[in-house]
Amino acid sequence: MSAIAGLWVYAVVIVLMMTGLYTVISRDNLVKKIMGLNIFQVSVIMFYVALGKVDGGTAPIFQAAHGEHVDTEVVFSNPLPHVLMLTAIVVGIATTALGLALVVRIQEAYGTVEEAELVRIDQEGGL
Amino acid sequence: MNAHLPALQVVLPLLAAPVCVLLRNRRVVGVWATLIAWASLAIAITMLVHTMEHGTISYALGGWESPLGIELRVDVANAFLATIVTGIASIVLPYGPGSATLAIPQDRQYLFYTAFLLCMTGLLGMSVTGDAFNVFVFVEITSLSSYTLIALGKGRRALTAAFSYLVMGTIGGTFILLAIGLCYQMTGTLNMADMALRLQPVMGTRTVLVAFGFFVVGASIKLALFPLHQWMPNAYTHAPSVVSAFLSATATKVSYFVLVRVVFTIFGAAYVFGTVHFEWLLMPLSIAAMFVGSIAAMYQTHIKRLLAYSSMAQIGYMTLGLSMNSVEGLTGGLVHLFNHGLMKGGLFLVVANITFRLNSSKIQDMAGLARKMPWTTLAFAVGGLSLIGVPGTAGFISKWYLVQAALMKGQIWLALLILMSSLLAVGYVWKVIEVMLLKPPTKRVENTTPAPLRMIWPVWVMIGSTVVFGLWTTWTGTVAEVAAETLMGLR
Repeated sequence: MSAIAGLWVYAVVIVLMMTGLYTVISRDNLVKKIMGLNIFQVSVIMFYVALGKVDGGTAPIFQAAHGEHVDTEVVFSNPLPHVLMLTAIVVGIATTALGLALVVRIQEAYGTVEEAELVRIDQEGGL
Repeated sequence: MNAHLPALQVVLPLLAAPVCVLLRNRRVVGVWATLIAWASLAIAITMLVHTMEHGTISYALGGWESPLGIELRVDVANAFLATIVTGIASIVLPYGPGSATLAIPQDRQYLFYTAFLLCMTGLLGMSVTGDAFNVFVFVEITSLSSYTLIALGKGRRALTAAFSYLVMGTIGGTFILLAIGLCYQMTGTLNMADMALRLQPVMGTRTVLVAFGFFVVGASIKLALFPLHQWMPNAYTHAPSVVSAFLSATATKVSYFVLVRVVFTIFGAAYVFGTVHFEWLLMPLSIAAMFVGSIAAMYQTHIKRLLAYSSMAQIGYMTLGLSMNSVEGLTGGLVHLFNHGLMKGGLFLVVANITFRLNSSKIQDMAGLARKMPWTTLAFAVGGLSLIGVPGTAGFISKWYLVQAALMKGQIWLALLILMSSLLAVGYVWKVIEVMLLKPPTKRVENTTPAPLRMIWPVWVMIGSTVVFGLWTTWTGTVAEVAAETLMGLR
């Protein structure tokens, strides 16, 4: 039972990941594709955050620096995966911003952001 | 000073990129970016010489010792790759942005150089880092800047090409991130060498297998391994020619190197080839890439698309070398990485010259071009011969290594397949040469003049070096062999 309770995070990650990937593949609208990509990236961020959490762990702050009593019994969560995700979040934002900027340019150039339409216009226009 | 070279290699182009935005003037920025590329090349060559003589350089960023801190680790293989990246950049940057295929006006061309230097930063970072998470960060720096560079192409199809590359590339990058997470979960470390040690006791677990799978798929998307190559033909066709030259010569190559690193440094040959039998997947896919790429190239009417499909076939040779799991095979793969960078970079620059004058990259528009642009046509012919692998050109050397590796494994059929797919290359190269040489010139060609000298010399530096490295093989052969031995842990 406790094994299942410990694993539900992964189920959430997998569901999110597949939702994102499915959105990217199935949606015709480029903006929706970008949003799907975003969900896809967030699932991995959730995975890393879950990695760092230790049962009963508290925020990893070095107590002695503040002159507080140092309790050696305290369990800390692992801060490293959380810190790594700051970078991954920045990467995600950059990707989303660039993707949406491209969508704006595509809208200006083609007058549509529906993929099927874009393919049709390109085929009619040749190379 | 020498000790800080690995950090300088990455930091120099990174800091130079925003300076481009401050300088703004088109000519000043062009000179500035060229100087930075040359300085980076000097750093890379110094590191290569140093590692050949004294062995691996390890650099602890910020003074934090590995495995806790981020380690930059430069051995012969990394330095070899950094030399290729900076070398290609040093030739491509003086060429200029190739305004004919660039969508942005002249007064905003400094942004092209900014994106270019950032792309170079990412590629060099991927080459020199010894930290798994760092690889992800640099992969994304490279990818984001290359989406931008591709979208700079003239014509609206560059935008859709960049968009589909963005979707594919992000999925690939996220897979790599997930794989690193799974490895971190099992080992608690991000340093590649340390990770390899700590993975040993848990090799049998499914988590490690899944991590390996995600790594392979992520890296394969980036290096455009068949059947994950969908983004590449469009991206190379519609990007500015200079960008195609740079990316085809470096970006897919560095991704190949990441895959090699994952296979040999992190998971180890014993696991990858012994337990998982990765070669059963990689070898058929490589052979398929060699044939599908070459056959698809024969049917193209657009010269850049033809070269893009040919790239896909050539990547097949490199991954084939990897899948053989022998020093000879990997040496062949690495030599081909270098040689193909030179010839494909050179060929895309030739195309850049042609489109600069003709304003078209359709093959039929190039009829009779040999009479008006003889040197450019000759350059294309030499580059094409090298793609086929004619003796005396660089392409022959890499295929020689690959055939030799296949024969040493006793796989004669594999050697025959390599030769057969090379024959297919004759088909698509001849198709272009025939039009340029034998067809009567069209109106469009009649009115052209040869490209200016500043656009011709970079082409001949690249094409010329494919001949030089085809005749003088000591340097490439020795360095690639030492690099292969280092990667496989035999040194």
